[in-house]
Amino acid sequence: MDANEYVVRTKGLVKEYTMGDQTLRALNGVDLDIYRGEYISIMGPSGSGKSTLFNAIGGLDKPTSGSVFINDVDMAQLDAQELAYLRCHTIGYIFQTFNLIPVMTALENVTLPTIFAGLSTDDGIERGIELLKIVGLDQRLHHKPFELSGGQQQRVAIARALANNPSIILADEPTGNLDLKTGQEIIALLKRLNVEQGVTIISATHDLKMLDISDRIVWIRDGRIDKLEERKNIELKMGEMEGEPVH
Amino acid sequence: MSVDKPNAHVSHREVRQQIKLPFSKAVEISLKSIKIRFARSIITAAGIMLGIAFFASVRMSAEFSVIHEKIVNETVAAFQAGKLHHITEDQTRMISSATTDVKAAKQDALAARERLDWLSIMALIVCTVGITNAMLMSVTERYKEIGTMKCLGALDSFIVKLFFIESCLTGFISSVIGFLLGWFIISLVHIFTDGLPAFGAQYWTSSLTLFGLSVLIGTFLTFIATIPPAFRAAQMPPAAALRVEI
Repeated sequence: MDANEYVVRTKGLVKEYTMGDQTLRALNGVDLDIYRGEYISIMGPSGSGKSTLFNAIGGLDKPTSGSVFINDVDMAQLDAQELAYLRCHTIGYIFQTFNLIPVMTALENVTLPTIFAGLSTDDGIERGIELLKIVGLDQRLHHKPFELSGGQQQRVAIARALANNPSIILADEPTGNLDLKTGQEIIALLKRLNVEQGVTIISATHDLKMLDISDRIVWIRDGRIDKLEERKNIELKMGEMEGEPVH
Repeated sequence: MSVDKPNAHVSHREVRQQIKLPFSKAVEISLKSIKIRFARSIITAAGIMLGIAFFASVRMSAEFSVIHEKIVNETVAAFQAGKLHHITEDQTRMISSATTDVKAAKQDALAARERLDWLSIMALIVCTVGITNAMLMSVTERYKEIGTMKCLGALDSFIVKLFFIESCLTGFISSVIGFLLGWFIISLVHIFTDGLPAFGAQYWTSSLTLFGLSVLIGTFLTFIATIPPAFRAAQMPPAAALRVEI
């Protein structure tokens, strides 16, 4: 078996939140294998555990039990330095609320991860400009986040996620705060990056537009994988889905 | 599986070499943070500034009372030794008040100085509370930013480093301004009440000492007040830091 076939694997992932004397099980044994270079969407209603799964895969939160393997490395075995290295080099994050650093310009936001990675200032700036060009924002290099529209901010966030050539991009509801048209543009951009740069895209969403371009769709319900579908198998069903009101 | 082990070792060594935040970059980012959030920084700084201004003004009053007493003693001694040839109006007043009721005058001065000492301790407490509050707020409102930085690969130590540099800069600048404010006002008041005789060499040396002390205390307290919130924020898992809504 080729060990490089899977970029992310989770085994029996469980995450519990304690609120007072109540224990809430957000993830209840999730086993998921994600292939290198695929575009996978994690779908599910809010409260289904999508974001919790996203956080666990991205190493942003520790699971209660079970394990996450990134490139066959068990994330639980990593110390703080190695975890930071992983977040810096292997994973790029995109959030629903963009999460740009408000005090920095678009270019500085994109350059920040390259500073952590040890790139020189000049190389970092060169890389930043190149990336902002890819996402179509080379005319907005020195704008602050609040001077950009939501769609533009998300583009900066995508450029920033790509800064250190990650093998995985984790997107948590990337279109959640955007209007329909801008959302479509962002989805198209993610797909283009997936095809052109071969980066694996894992996206938590409840945006049905995402289905169209995903290679596989994972349906989460009550902290478990409800079903796992390949796009070619559900294309027939798309017609009836479009009949449903979108949001 | 055995192939994986040497790989893990290599990546381990790379980690030590590659994740970094050069000091100059950290200073640059901190300066930017202060400059762009200028209005917010001013409020933070005002908390520190006013605390230090209060402290400096109380200490400066105490210095003045010491200087004044010394001048009175010297004048009286000179008068008694018959060395004073031209006695000014100020000196006449000093000598008469000092010689008519020596005991009462000395007791008054002593009580006044004790009061001032207590007041400067109070000033320091006010100062500490003001600074802690200011720094706590400035860290808390940036949890989301901290979470984001950690997602981009920042180590806990980077976050702490950024906040320490920022707090030291804010602390230093506001202490300097705070001292100048307190010192200037008290000196002005003193000119109008007691006139110019106190503004000699001793005035300038005690001013300079007090300047150093104020800046040291202000910067140190700001630094100390940043430690608990900065560490707490830095050690949070990124997901938790990102969830915080202010």
